[in-house]
Amino acid sequence: MSKVTLEDYAESMPIAWCPGCGNFGILEAFRRATVELQLEPERILLVSGIGQAPKLPHYTHANVFNGLHGRAIPEAIGARLANSELTVIVIDGDGGAYGEGLNHTLAAIRRNIRMTYMVHNNQVYGLTKGQASPTSDSGFVTKTTPMGAGQPLNPLALALASDISFLARGFAGDIDHLSGILQMAISHRGFALVDILQPCVSFNRVNTFQWYRERIYKLDEDKSYDPADKMKAFDKAQEWGERIPIGLLYRQERPVYEEQFHALEKLPLVKQKINPLDYGALLDEFT
Amino acid sequence: MIIHDREQTRFEDHSDACLDVPLNKLAMEAAGNKLMVNTVAAGAALGLIGYEFTCLESVLQKEFARAGDKVVADNTKAALAGFDFARQHRGGQQLKPIAGAPRRMLLNGNESLSLGMLAGGCRFVAGYPMTPSSSILEYIAGKSTRYGVVMVHAEDEIAAINMAVGAGYTGVRSMVATSGGGFALMVEGLALAGMTETPVVVVLGQRPGPATGLPTRTEQGELWFALHAGHGEFPRAVLAPATVAEAFVIAVKALNLAEKYQTPVIILTDHHLASSYNTLPRFDLKKVKVERGALLSDEEVSKPTDYRRYEVTDSGISPRALPGQGRALVVADSDEHDEAGHIIEDAATRIHMNEKRLRKARGLKAEISTPLVKRKQKAELNLIGWGSSYGAIHEAVGLLHEEGIAANHIHLSEIWPFPTEAVARALGNKARNIVIESNASAQMAMLIRRETGIKVSGSILRYDGRPISPKYILDNLKKEVS
Repeated sequence: MSKVTLEDYAESMPIAWCPGCGNFGILEAFRRATVELQLEPERILLVSGIGQAPKLPHYTHANVFNGLHGRAIPEAIGARLANSELTVIVIDGDGGAYGEGLNHTLAAIRRNIRMTYMVHNNQVYGLTKGQASPTSDSGFVTKTTPMGAGQPLNPLALALASDISFLARGFAGDIDHLSGILQMAISHRGFALVDILQPCVSFNRVNTFQWYRERIYKLDEDKSYDPADKMKAFDKAQEWGERIPIGLLYRQERPVYEEQFHALEKLPLVKQKINPLDYGALLDEFT
Repeated sequence: MIIHDREQTRFEDHSDACLDVPLNKLAMEAAGNKLMVNTVAAGAALGLIGYEFTCLESVLQKEFARAGDKVVADNTKAALAGFDFARQHRGGQQLKPIAGAPRRMLLNGNESLSLGMLAGGCRFVAGYPMTPSSSILEYIAGKSTRYGVVMVHAEDEIAAINMAVGAGYTGVRSMVATSGGGFALMVEGLALAGMTETPVVVVLGQRPGPATGLPTRTEQGELWFALHAGHGEFPRAVLAPATVAEAFVIAVKALNLAEKYQTPVIILTDHHLASSYNTLPRFDLKKVKVERGALLSDEEVSKPTDYRRYEVTDSGISPRALPGQGRALVVADSDEHDEAGHIIEDAATRIHMNEKRLRKARGLKAEISTPLVKRKQKAELNLIGWGSSYGAIHEAVGLLHEEGIAANHIHLSEIWPFPTEAVARALGNKARNIVIESNASAQMAMLIRRETGIKVSGSILRYDGRPISPKYILDNLKKEVS
């Protein structure tokens, strides 16, 4: 088998993101991660909703299902259960993941289905031009929130409270570090949420690259930090403002959703032959 | 035959088809517990048909064993009281099993539909419990281990339809089952299936709305909802099984049409059909044909390709590769897209893709069966129905015949794409056309007018949540005539 290279993931679509957008760094980190893991594009399924971040699958070379805003997770779950040989990676923004689709996000965390959820969190709606998102800082003034946004949602704390099996935070401005996190996430057996701090150069003039660089620090540089300690992770999830942690917050082993289904034990659903004559015994139950 | 307790109800029918049984009194005398009226009634039913009592005794034993000996004994006494009463008051008949007769199936509409789904190769089901469709989800979940099906109890109906679309995209036959309120939540996902050209089957078990309505009653109030649900324009099929037996056949057909035309198919049932039991000859599995449509072979997708998921064709149907099947990359998009599946903005591509999708309706229309037409000699009255009212109309036609009135029965169980020419032909231009349906706004009559230009003479409508009965039809027909 030939080696997978960055060329394999190159796509000729013109990119519609603003120059300087944090999404470029995330796209680069994603491509590097798949090459490091030697994942062939045809074995990967990228599922995304609607927003600026969910355009990412169009700019890479893989199987793609670009679905509805906030519904990428259920679309990915259906696909993953139908073909459990696919490596499923879901790409969303904070609007899709923590607003429109929050119910699905929490349900997926609880189920612990094996997939990676990359959430490009820029704390603002970019595609619709600058309205507040569920993670906008309190008081953030936009056209739909002229009196300032309310209390922000804390996705990391929420994920921990739902007993997530892999939780990390990355930064679009540190491509190597983010690529490392994505490799761990994709290799994880279970549901992996990677919240990615993504500066929006057009609509968020507060949480800029510079703002983040002054505040973030890496958890993996602290040898005493144990990502198996849930209460510690909970403490770290509360940190925001002066200091913002990035890296692997929490990881545990938990039964995987797919294992519940006996139908998936031998072959993926999609490879199972259909034969109507197999159902005679079922009819007999009614006689 | 109707068993009733005149002291407890205001039921006033005195025909031979009714038996007044003092259910409450017998229950109190036999077991000192009026909760046992149902058991008394079951005993009376068995007494009426003259079946052996031991049969019911063993069922009661099995059913109530967990509750203890006293409960079993009391129920048995109550059943025997009803049994004896019926034998004494109407004990003329004696039914016995016919030696050597083929065993028949006893099942309801939802069970028949579920069997059709399984035999037709549906392997992925998602849903959120809602009457009258929960029993479909429960039945299939119960068989999932043995028969290789995945049934997901989703967090909501929005998740359910999106999961089914995800599974459909990946190449697995998938289905959701819900009722009107749940379907309302699924509408965005339905349009997603239309745009991404993903096969999915939606079972919409109707009950009276709007909103929560009458959750445990029946209605056919969502015909127009099913026909028009979804933003934007995309082809769909709407099928409405008329009988328990047909639910099986239509489930298979729905799965086939969804894959052949790569678009959503809605099966419109209702509480009445879902929970009505029929005895039927055993279904013939050899007649179940699985037609998967334009799927590329493993060979065809084995080489690196510049596969185009939405290749424009005359039929509008693009050959499908499945993600992970080979080297072909499958790109599906809910945005308007080009043939390769990538997001576009230009007008020319939009027009091409829109027309390509809508072109599939032509082939789909040719697949739709013409309505069932049962003609009586010289009949100038057409009774027209759709879906679950079939049995009532059929019986009403027989009763009219006894009164010397000839009526034809025209019945639609495949509604969209509308079989325009066949319906126009069946209705003719001289006959008196009466549409019978369970809704208040005469939705089928409006649809017939819209599609054929024919204004029907009248409608018999029922919207009190109860199923249409032959008597209801006859009473209203007389009002209609007078």
